[in-house]
Amino acid sequence: MAAASLDATLALVGAWLAIGALAMAAPRNLTLAARVLFPAGAAVGLALAAIALHALFEPPASRVLPLGLPDLPFHARLDALSAFFLLLLGAVSAGVSIFASGYLRAGQDTPPGLYCLCYHAFLAAMALVLVADDAYFFMMAWETMALSSFFLVLTEHRRAEVRRAAYLYLLIAHLGAISILLSFGALQGGSGDYRFETMRLAAQPSALATAAFLLALAGFGAKAGIVPLHVWLPEAHPAAPSPVSALLSAVMLKTAIYGMLRVALDLIATPLWWWGIVALAIGLASAVFGVVFAAVQDDMKRLLAYSSIENIGLVMAGFGLTLLFRGFGMGALAALALTATLYHCLNHAFFKSLLFLATGSVLHAAGSSDLNRLGGLIHRMPWVAWCALIGSLAIAGLPPLNGFVSEWLLLQAFLFTPGLPQGYVNMLVPVAAALIALTAALSAYVMVKFYGVAFLGQPRGSAAAEAHEAGPWERIGLAWLAACCVALGLVPATVIGMLDPITRGLTGYSIASHAGGWLYLAPLEPQRASYSPILFLLVAAAAVAVAWLAVRVFYHGRVRRAPPWDCGFPRLDARMQDSAAGYGQPVTVVFQPAFRIRTEAPLPSDARPRYRQSADDPLWPLLYLPVAGAVERIGSLVALLQRGRISVYLVYSFATLLLLLLFVR
Amino acid sequence: MSASGLAAQFTELMLAVLLAPLLTGWVNNCRAWLQNKSAPGLLQPYRVIGKLFRKEVVLAHNASPLFRAAPYVVFGCLALAAAIVPTIATDLPLNAAADAIALVGLLALARMFIALAGMDIGTAFGGLGARREMMIGFLAEPALLMVLFTASLISSSTSLATIVETLAHREFVIYPSLAFAGVAFTMVSLAENGRVPVDNPATHLELTMVHEAMVLEYSGRHLAMIEWAASLKLFVYSCMGLALFLPFGVAQAGDWLGIVLALPALLAKLAVGGAALATIEMISAKMRIFRAPEFLGTAFLLAVLAMLLHVLLER
Repeated sequence: MAAASLDATLALVGAWLAIGALAMAAPRNLTLAARVLFPAGAAVGLALAAIALHALFEPPASRVLPLGLPDLPFHARLDALSAFFLLLLGAVSAGVSIFASGYLRAGQDTPPGLYCLCYHAFLAAMALVLVADDAYFFMMAWETMALSSFFLVLTEHRRAEVRRAAYLYLLIAHLGAISILLSFGALQGGSGDYRFETMRLAAQPSALATAAFLLALAGFGAKAGIVPLHVWLPEAHPAAPSPVSALLSAVMLKTAIYGMLRVALDLIATPLWWWGIVALAIGLASAVFGVVFAAVQDDMKRLLAYSSIENIGLVMAGFGLTLLFRGFGMGALAALALTATLYHCLNHAFFKSLLFLATGSVLHAAGSSDLNRLGGLIHRMPWVAWCALIGSLAIAGLPPLNGFVSEWLLLQAFLFTPGLPQGYVNMLVPVAAALIALTAALSAYVMVKFYGVAFLGQPRGSAAAEAHEAGPWERIGLAWLAACCVALGLVPATVIGMLDPITRGLTGYSIASHAGGWLYLAPLEPQRASYSPILFLLVAAAAVAVAWLAVRVFYHGRVRRAPPWDCGFPRLDARMQDSAAGYGQPVTVVFQPAFRIRTEAPLPSDARPRYRQSADDPLWPLLYLPVAGAVERIGSLVALLQRGRISVYLVYSFATLLLLLLFVR
Repeated sequence: MSASGLAAQFTELMLAVLLAPLLTGWVNNCRAWLQNKSAPGLLQPYRVIGKLFRKEVVLAHNASPLFRAAPYVVFGCLALAAAIVPTIATDLPLNAAADAIALVGLLALARMFIALAGMDIGTAFGGLGARREMMIGFLAEPALLMVLFTASLISSSTSLATIVETLAHREFVIYPSLAFAGVAFTMVSLAENGRVPVDNPATHLELTMVHEAMVLEYSGRHLAMIEWAASLKLFVYSCMGLALFLPFGVAQAGDWLGIVLALPALLAKLAVGGAALATIEMISAKMRIFRAPEFLGTAFLLAVLAMLLHVLLER
């Protein structure tokens, strides 16, 4: 039975590849790609989600594929962890692909057929990463994923900044890939057997296991966008077309989280507790860094990219907590923290793809994703605006939507922490919880900026004033993702029941058996904490309805339309509203040391006074430029060997020969 | 879910919704007395709300449906918040639906809606008020959460009913962590309710106002709902403070007599609390807006210290 799910998964991956290949039959045919192939890809995504949902509750199945090198066949395996991430991939990609079929326009630099091929190869590669069961297959799939997404980022390759962003992405992706390869090297421990099966059974010495963990953390972290390896994210996401940004942020970052979970919780038999501290510290740093920088962005996509760094930070914090609890042998709490981690992965996948797609609709409708040119879009494109509102409330971690549930679980896991046997670790916990709380509160600030400046107020340009509503395909995609956000928020106990096979498999504990049925979410013990989003929503909605009806019944519903009041100021125009930079100004003031702020202020004598301020990432001058400089210097030293004269090269050959003779004898 | 629980839940909700303007009136009266002015009377907030309900709504041409829905959403959120905080009894059916973290989330939801509504018309004041309100929000919310976490760690539960029961029925020991948390909570509630020294509810000076700037475009019944919601917010914060730091006199499950006795106890505590709030407002001066981060940063640090103290000393 279980093997059937694996076969079906592989068949669906084949279907995605076939769709991509079909697109190349007529690479310039827009209608074929947009109206036939992308909807077909969405259907495949839905089927994959259904199979993965089924496979979550089945025992692991594995299979040797008739592919690969003669003595090195590919191994595939489908267990609960893989199935969960496949579910995420399938369900999100279904929404994104449907949206993409309406979003695809003529005039892209890459022909639609080629774009369709890369898109579906990317989806297939991500699915293969999730089912790979040996390091060789895993790295093949991983690199296919990196390359296909590189070409997708390059879709608008005639623009120089797109090429620069894609290059930066490729560079960091490969640094990460080298690190992952070395991590697998450490895990096989000299046996030469790169199957995950044998790694799982091998008992690595703790030094080797630590090396493997840290390498995996760096390698997968580069892909996930943890600080300080995050720089490619805010460049690559705005450069890519919106459906691709959605997939990169919502799904590809999660494959990196999958890799970390796979290595640290599955392949390494005995994790050490202090690894958890490392992951927790990196996670908290990423979360705070991401959200603070998101608050000062002017571009919708850059803002969302920084918000992805924040959310990956929250996921990493949950992952760190899982490792910490597991290292101390507290299995039930590890299960709770792991549940929070996985739940947040799922939530982030849905609300982030929703917001990236909504940004895409705005970009097409108003011609810009620069917040300073937008405004008032709720009147022109209500569908997109209401879906984006759901996404914004969810990402701000507000009840009763899905973002709140995972934040709630994470905070509950923190509140259980002061029972750890290490006193010093106990002291760190309040600080860590405080940072999580600060991140959550700041993300609400960021989302008010995102939503308020783009969708509310007056249009800040003529293009925004004449924006049009998104087409039916785009609306279906947005509605699907928004509905998933609402559903994941309303039935958390059911979702935790789905996560149960994973926590049982990786930590040996189940928290779903304690949850109080479908209505109440009560991990561990109901008297400690419980939450029921459905009751919550019903009571709040009832209060709103009663208030509204009472006002109508006892008083009246009269409305008079008039110009805005604005304290009696008669000539209100769009420039009087807060600009995006103005809205971010309190954050630059409060968190001043975090930024590299450059201010250009006018002199009193300037005839045309200009004020300009930029708040940039301080890690460029602190980390990246020195490293780039060092690489260049080493490169120029190596270049000294290259004299360009044949006689010098002959001397090199002669010296090498002498040395070899000396050694070999 | 017992009969007394349902009765207590309903009484509590109605009590909060109906009494909230009275608390605002009481604070305003105390302030007037302290300033040696003649007081407007305890019922003045009811008269204002009633007047606004009767007036027609003047709506800007470009107001979106979100602008019209926001007052009701904010009111609904705060009514639910009032129902969650145990004021007269701890046996509340809604307590299983939302705990302390959900309460903070609920208050954040209300804040986000009112801030979005402030930005909807696209006036200079609306955006300014929304930005300032959200700034105060992102500084105050983590501090509030840390205060609630300290209490949660003491009672090893995030359910407000369990917290109140643990704190009310323990032997009388002074927890140093709760003392720090109490100071932090007071500072947070001053900021969140737009009181002096962070905001001044009695002014409409553009340089200083926060909350009033945001709701400037509202009129008629919408403004009435917002005013009522603001009173409810003050009521919720007062009750939260009483529940955490002075939880005595709250009835337990099935204790009908307790519910009856809890009511005068609550009214007495609120009267003292309101007078204390008026005194704090009297003796402090309004700060510049960018002093607010320092003020709230202090509150945040105190709250984190409270939690640290609990972890270090009280286990």
